[in-house]
Amino acid sequence: MKIVEVKNIVKTFDKTTAVDDVSFEVEQGEIFGLIGPDGAGKTTLFRMLTTLLKPVKGNAKVLGLDVVKNYKQIRKKVGYMPGRFSLYQDLSVEENLKFFATIFGTTVEENYNLIKDIYILLEPFKKRKAGKLSGGMKQKLALCCALIHKPDVLFLDEPTTGVDPVSRNEFWDMLRKLKEQGITILVSTPYMDEASLCDRVALMQKGKTLSIDTPDNIIRQFKKSLFAIHSENQYELFQTLMKYEHRNTVFPFGEFLHYTDKRENISEDEIKNYLETLNLKGLKIKSVKPNIEDCFMALMEEK
Amino acid sequence: MRIIRFILKKEFLQIFRNKAMIPLIFFMPLVQLLILSNAATYEIKNIKFSVVDFDQSKFSRELISKFTSTGYFILTENSFSVAEAEEGFKKNTTKLVLNIPEDFEKDYRKNGTAKIHAIINAEDGSAAGIINNYTMNIVQQFAGGVKTEWSGIAALDNSPVININYSNWFNPELDYKTYMVPGILVALVSMIGMFLTGMNIVREKEIGTIEQLNVTPIKKMHFIIGKLLPFWIIGIFELAFGTTLGMLIFNIPMLGSPFLILLVASIYLLVILGMGLFISTFTNTQQQAMFIAWFFLVIFMLMGGIFTPVESMPDWAQKVTFFNPISHFSRTLRMIMLKGSGFYDVLNTIYVLAGYAAVMLTFAIFRYKKVEG
Repeated sequence: MKIVEVKNIVKTFDKTTAVDDVSFEVEQGEIFGLIGPDGAGKTTLFRMLTTLLKPVKGNAKVLGLDVVKNYKQIRKKVGYMPGRFSLYQDLSVEENLKFFATIFGTTVEENYNLIKDIYILLEPFKKRKAGKLSGGMKQKLALCCALIHKPDVLFLDEPTTGVDPVSRNEFWDMLRKLKEQGITILVSTPYMDEASLCDRVALMQKGKTLSIDTPDNIIRQFKKSLFAIHSENQYELFQTLMKYEHRNTVFPFGEFLHYTDKRENISEDEIKNYLETLNLKGLKIKSVKPNIEDCFMALMEEK
Repeated sequence: MRIIRFILKKEFLQIFRNKAMIPLIFFMPLVQLLILSNAATYEIKNIKFSVVDFDQSKFSRELISKFTSTGYFILTENSFSVAEAEEGFKKNTTKLVLNIPEDFEKDYRKNGTAKIHAIINAEDGSAAGIINNYTMNIVQQFAGGVKTEWSGIAALDNSPVININYSNWFNPELDYKTYMVPGILVALVSMIGMFLTGMNIVREKEIGTIEQLNVTPIKKMHFIIGKLLPFWIIGIFELAFGTTLGMLIFNIPMLGSPFLILLVASIYLLVILGMGLFISTFTNTQQQAMFIAWFFLVIFMLMGGIFTPVESMPDWAQKVTFFNPISHFSRTLRMIMLKGSGFYDVLNTIYVLAGYAAVMLTFAIFRYKKVEG
């Protein structure tokens, strides 16, 4: 059985189409990532899969249950962590956890082994009000609350947004451990570098999926040679490359500009020579392996 | 049951963790009772008035002193020009101009009749009515007095007289507080009930917890009971607390059965809580909920007979009052407390309120959805 099956799902709000004809499937035990910038439709998609919104067209099944017809059964079996911290700020860590355990008809003790690794980190603060926790701690508590009823599938909407890099790494470690326990995880994120941590990803842009595959396969589909170029004046370099007749794409990537050429089999030297004739100083150029972000940009250009 | 009990526990935990709640629950009734019941009264004292006395006779002076000696009137100005005296209306230094014409005493002695002219500031219609009444009373008393003095023997007056003996039932001393306190209790319970319920649920929307709750298998009924019951309990507590205060501080009588009040209040609170719940289904912020609740409460309170009698409203408004839960509850509360009305006396109101509660709650529960769009 597929854990999640989405078929041609559409959601519109008045005149804006938030999710536009999206289809994908998620297998048992996968970490499936929805990767895309703000406004790509990730949250809307999650809200439909967690039965908070009804799709306008198409259908979706979670654990073989229809999200519209069988929403009550789905709610018993899924865990959802909204993008915004949605626990009771005026209740303590312990009280929040106990509350969510109770309304799921279970107890903290019953599923303690599932959250043990995460809860141990929270234990010293268990009397503290949730509103007084740090960002990383809040996120751990939210994850505990989403897990307390031992869901078969977990929906995490941008769990790492606004969390520091160390906590982000910790968080992904936790997800991998949960995966080992057989929980299927759907996670959305605007951070492209997190794509490689997923088993499979769907790249999303403006309500549509650009590509759905394993991160490696997506990168493999990137056929062009990619160059990272740096000069003393990045802005001037960017302007120059934009005007270059053979340019395919150019966009900033950290300290470098990532550049692809329209010609096949182009060498670093050719580009360097061209730029030197234009008096650009301190030029550094190297051939690099594409990453997910490059693929995302390339796919966006294609559309 | 376990779930409802736990939700209740959580709600009470949150309510009492909110620092504003304790003063709101204990302090508000005390302050409202003390301030409003002392301030809101129909009795008008210290009415400023001015006199234009063209007669300057013994009679006119006696009449004026009759006014000032009642304690209700304060003479602010003596002038010889009506126009000048009338200026006082604009400056708010006078509410009544008493114009005593020349020959006031002479006319009376000669013909047995005399005229004075009273000009009343009727900006506030009901106040003007009261001033008019006072004035009439004083003038009549004065006329009776001088007649006696003039003819020597009052009893020989040959005009036929019907004497009316008044007896004021249920509030023999005409103490306004006795009437006000139950009304204020109604206002208090309504405010607590509607505001707190409405805002409590909207707050879950505002902070996003509703989103987390909605994906849980929590039953709609459990959630709603968990949200309404705490405020129902607080409302009943407020009423009991306020009534006790009223009885201790103002000696408000409790002629009827407190259990009957409890019964009516229980049903009434369901109406109010249902309204709060209903408001929360179509608002997204506490501010919106607050404004809408306030809008309804102001109308209900002003038209509900708490401060002004329903009987003084125009006919259409009196009919509309049938749909005003506050008017039913305040009337019934007064009936039970001040007149000792029993179960069968208030049964009609109980039916009306129960019907109202059923409609309101059904409506609100129907509108409350866990899924949007």
